[in-house]
This record gives sequence, C-alpha cells and structure tokens, in this order.
Amino acid sequence: MAPAVRLRAAVCLLGTYPALAGVDLSVEEGEVVLLRGPNGAGKTTLLRVLAGLLPVVDGECEVLGHDLRRDPRSVRSQVGLLGHATFLYDELTVAENARFWARAAKRTSADAHAALDRLGVEPRLHGVPVARLSAGQRRRVAIAVVAARQPRLWLLDEPHAGLDASGRDLLDGLVRDAAAAGGTVLFASHELDRSTALADRVVTLAGGVVRHGGAAPAARATEVVHAP
Amino acid sequence: MTTLRDETTRTGARPVPASTGTAATRVLGGVTLLALGVLLYLAFVASPAAGPSQGFDAVRFMYVHVPSAWLAYLSFAVCALCSALYLWRRTRSRFWDLLAGASAEVGTLFIALTLVTGSIWGRITWGVYWTWDARLTTTAVLFVMFLGYLAVRRVALDVEVRSRRAAVVGIIAFLNVPIVHNSVQWWRTLHQEPTVLRTDLSPQIEGLMLYTLLFGVLTFTLLYAWLVVHRFRVAWLEDRLEAAGLGRAIAERRAEAGLDEDPAVEGVPAPAGPAPDPSGPAGRTTPEVTAP
Amino acid sequence: MLRDAVLVAGKDLRIEGRSRIATNQVAPFAVLILVLFAFALDADRGLLTRAAAGLFWVAVLFSTVLAVQRSQALESSDGARQALRLSGLDPAGIFLGKAAAVAVQLLALQVLLGIGVVVLYGAGPSGALLLVVTALAATAGLAAAGSLYAVLAAGLRARETLLPLLLLPVLAPVLIGATRAFEAALEGAPGMGWDWVRLLGVFAVVYVAFGTLAYGSLLEDA
Repeated sequence: MAPAVRLRAAVCLLGTYPALAGVDLSVEEGEVVLLRGPNGAGKTTLLRVLAGLLPVVDGECEVLGHDLRRDPRSVRSQVGLLGHATFLYDELTVAENARFWARAAKRTSADAHAALDRLGVEPRLHGVPVARLSAGQRRRVAIAVVAARQPRLWLLDEPHAGLDASGRDLLDGLVRDAAAAGGTVLFASHELDRSTALADRVVTLAGGVVRHGGAAPAARATEVVHAP
Repeated sequence: MTTLRDETTRTGARPVPASTGTAATRVLGGVTLLALGVLLYLAFVASPAAGPSQGFDAVRFMYVHVPSAWLAYLSFAVCALCSALYLWRRTRSRFWDLLAGASAEVGTLFIALTLVTGSIWGRITWGVYWTWDARLTTTAVLFVMFLGYLAVRRVALDVEVRSRRAAVVGIIAFLNVPIVHNSVQWWRTLHQEPTVLRTDLSPQIEGLMLYTLLFGVLTFTLLYAWLVVHRFRVAWLEDRLEAAGLGRAIAERRAEAGLDEDPAVEGVPAPAGPAPDPSGPAGRTTPEVTAP
Repeated sequence: MLRDAVLVAGKDLRIEGRSRIATNQVAPFAVLILVLFAFALDADRGLLTRAAAGLFWVAVLFSTVLAVQRSQALESSDGARQALRLSGLDPAGIFLGKAAAVAVQLLALQVLLGIGVVVLYGAGPSGALLLVVTALAATAGLAAAGSLYAVLAAGLRARETLLPLLLLPVLAPVLIGATRAFEAALEGAPGMGWDWVRLLGVFAVVYVAFGTLAYGSLLEDA
C-alpha cells in the first residue's frame, strides 16, 4: 500500500525564501505523527504544502497516492486542514458555517451537527453568529468543521492552542478515533507532554528540513526514535 | 518552474552574458536600422503627397500610423497566445510568460504611437483630434486594458500567481477586441455623424504610396522583433538571477538545521554572510537536539 | 457544479443579508451618483431625461465595481479563500455562485435606480419587456466579468485602484449596449434595441464561459 504521505527533497518557496529546503518524509496510513521544531522551522508550511495550498517547486510530493505537483486538486476533498485561521464566516451562525463547509465537502448537515456535538459545542450556540464566539469556542467550531469533512488525512496546526482542558481531551479523542478508523494525522504542536502521548512518532523539523524521524517505522527498524 | 534545479545549475555553469545582444540580434538590429532609413526616404522624399481629403503632406503620417497600429494588434495577439500557452498546463513555462510580458510592453508602446499619430493626423485632415470611430475607440480601450495588464504584471505577488493572473488579463483583453469594436461600430452607425467626420478612414492608395506603406509594415515588424528579443532577454536574465539566488538560499536555510549531510554546503564558504555553522545560528535551532 | 453554485450563492446572499453592506452603502452610493449627475448637468432643459438611460447604467457600472469587490472581501476574512480552495467545491461552481449572488444584488439595485431615474429625472418607463430583458442580459455580463476580475485583484494591497482600471474598460460594451437598448425602449422604438440585447447576450455568454474555465486557475493561488 502506498504511504499516505511521501515527500522526497521537497522544496517550497515563500516568495524567494525556501521555507522548505528539501524535506524527506514518509507517513503510513493510520499513523499519528507529531511535527515539532522551533518557530520558523517549516511546520506550518509543511502542513500547507500537504493540503495543496502551497506548491512544491522541486522534489517529489505524494499525498494519498496523488502527485501534488501534477494535480493538487484531487486530494483536497479527502484532506482536512486546521490552520491558525479558523476559516469561518463571521456573519454566519455556528450551524450555518458547519453546514456550509460540510455540504461543500459532499457531506450532510447531519454530519455537521454530529461533529459540533462531538466537539461539545452546545445547541444553544448553534444560532449564534461566529463573530460573537470566544476564541476557544471558535476553535472548537473550526475543529468540528474539519471533523465533519471526515478526511482521510488530518493536518492540524497547533490544534491544542486556545482550547480549555475539556476541549483538549475531546480533540485527543477525535484524533485517536480518526487513526483507529484508518485515518492519518499530522499535527504540529508545542504542547509536548500531551502531544507525544498522542503521537505514534515524532518528526523534528529545523531550518526547513527534517532532522529526525522522517522515515516510517518499517523503513528504519534499527533507528532509535528520538522522543524527549 | 518544473525544471528549477536544472536551470539553477545551468546558470551556474554558463557565464552571465554582458549584454542581451548576440550576432543574430545585431544583424537584425542593423537590418532594422537600414530599413528605417529607407522608410524615411520613401515616406518623405519618394512618395507623393496626397489629395486634400487626406491632408496633402499629412498623409505621410500613414507610414508610421498604420504600421504601428498593425504592430500593436500583432503584439497583443502574441501576448494573448503566449498567455494561453502559459495557462495550459502542458506547455506551462516561464518562457511564455516572459514573452507575453515583453510583447505586451512593446505593443503598448506601439499603440500609444498609433493613438498619438492618428490624433495629429486627424486634427490636420478632419479638424478634430478625436472621433468616436469604432477603430479609434477600440484602440483606445485596448490601450487602457493593456495598461491594466502591465499593472498586473507589476503587483507584489508570488511570481507564479502574478503570471497566472496576468495571463488571464492578457487573454480577456484580446478577446474583448471584437466585442468592443462591434459595439462601438453599431453605436456610431445608429447615430448619424456630422459630415466632417464621414471621411473614409481607409483611403484608396496605390503605386509608391502602397509600397511605402507595405515597406513600413515590414520595417516595423522587424523593429518589433528586435525590441521583443531584447526585452525578453532582460526579463529572462532577471528571472535567472532570482533562480540562481535560490540554491544559496536553500543552503543557508538548511544550515539552520545544523545538518552536515551536504559536504558542499559545509566545505565551501557561503558567498554572503557567515559560513554555515554546524550548531546552527543561535536561537534558530533547539539546543537539546543534536545531529546524529 | 450547479449544486456548488447554489450553495455558494446562498451563502453569499445570506452573508449580505446579515451584513447589509449592499443595502446600507452600495445602494445609497448609486442613488447619490444619480443626484450628482443632476447637479453636474442642467436639470431644467430635459437633458437629464434624455441622458437618463446612460446615467442609469453608469451608476450601475460603478456599483458593480463595489459589489464585486465586496463579494471578494467576504472570502478574504479569516482565511476563507484558502478554505474555499480546500473545500472540494468545483471552482466553476464557486465562480457561478458568486456571480449569481452579485447578479441578484445588482438586479435589486437596478429596481431602486429605476425608481430613482423616474422620480429624479422624470423619465417615464415604457417598453417594459425590452427594459427587463436588457437588464437581465446586461446584469449577467456585469456579474460574470466583475466576479472574474475581482478574483484577479483579490489579495492585493492595490486592489481598490487596480480593479476599476482593469474592469471598467472591459465593461464598456455593456455600457454602450445597455444604454442604447434602454434608449430604444424609452423612445418607443424597441426594434433596434433587440440588436443591442443580442450583443449583451454575447458578452454575457463569453464571460460566463471564460470565467467558468479560468476561475479554477485563478482561485488556485489567490
């Protein structure tokens, strides 16, 4: 079976700045991978590349069996990205946002409502415009929007940021269930204790390249996983 | 961008030329210059003045006006064609984008020349600088649209994004020509014009005047080719310069990681800035993780 | 594609309904243009009545620039444009949906402006069928070309100045065609008007088709 993610010497430019300077990374389906590294290491760029938002200008990049350099579009409906921005329309209510994005991904309104429930967004909030939510509530809705898409590849950028304790537990549960169902999860986090417990593998980025843990476990049987 | 790496190495291997001229373009330039000289002779000395309906000696404007108009439309057609080739995935290459830009720049110059010469000629023959004729109006609208096109080429955006947007604008601008032309033509024919403006805009010409005009078209086409080649090469070199900087930028970026895996990066001092330090610049790498 | 278009159009119209920018700012602006023309031209000599059709469409044209700019601004908040790219929505559907939402707003605006022209300029409506068909054809063209250009200028710091420069010359044939058709209808000689409606129809078809094809490529990196 093809790996869910396979990058070889992938270069991604932001303007003329090489945010990714030759990334080698392989992730099997069903794996939960933590991306860590200092600010500016290229974690966010990597997640955005895998979502097909940023182009790879050199090297190879395959996601869910599709070559992202050739057709970045065909994987999009199977990928869920949670970014720093929450991708929500301020003027629309929580339920309207969730339903719109769910239906855009060919899911139903029922999927949207189930995802909101799963993230503990109470029904009384469903009719509230997103602009009036607190940052934490907004974050939960954004995660619910990703969950409602039922993606095969989850790309979560700092998913724990801004969530309270119960929110973090709900998120971790969601990630574990997604992986159990065969989904692949890559997430970037500075919450080391919680994240390393959640992850099957830790990949360390620095200077736009992978320093540690780029290969899938099977391919580096002798190598010691370096997880602090 | 598909062969970014090849282009980078190629630029490294070949010395950067000091000018955009080659033997071929010098010959082309020489021929163009010669042809311009002959055109001047034909236009001002050899060819006769016209009748009163075309403004006597003012008819000589035609030898600049008509060729520039023809060239303007040709260069915008080239721009639209190159833009389409750029947008089409299978032929996408920086080459088409830069050629489209070069052609549009030269075309904008010619279209401005067309409007200015036409306007002066019109003042002499018809007594007005401007008339709402279909061809004039279409040309003016096209001029504004290509100013917009050049503006899009200059906005601060990622190169590929900008090129793609410019390509769409270039195609639309050209597609719009027949629509604008038809609409203006109908508009004018529905409203009868004062007699002074009823002068036929394409006067019957023959003999030496015709040959001079054809020769003018040929000369201007040569001039166009010469200008576009040079403009394109300047743009191409600028592009290479950026790509050449990329290899160094990647090496510097990788050095932040403190990996020694690339001996070339380690052994050769970086052309600018401090040499890559295996432990990484302070503050950029996590101290607790060391390279294997 | 059509399903996606309906989804996006519904979303845009719902947001417009909530934010009321169109009703509170764009519509008063358009009416203001009508009033300013009255100040600039001589109100007593019937000049306004004769120029009513042209002034009406100039006001619509400027409002189109604002409406499409607003339509793109919706997507620039909080990374929504990226979310649209990731959404799995057909780009052609997004284009048609956004254009349809703009078209609905422009039609509503034209009803208001029509009343304004009758009240302020004293132009009497006649040739209703030609007026309605002209408005529909012109609006389709304006919305399609406008939505296409709005995404071209999206995300640029210079978009407020670049968009009118790019868009208004392109819309010139619509201005000419719609104005002549309106004049024909108001003068009670609708025969010639239908030729102009055909031109407007061609314009609309060209831009809807081109936008449907090109939007994906533009949205890709906006």
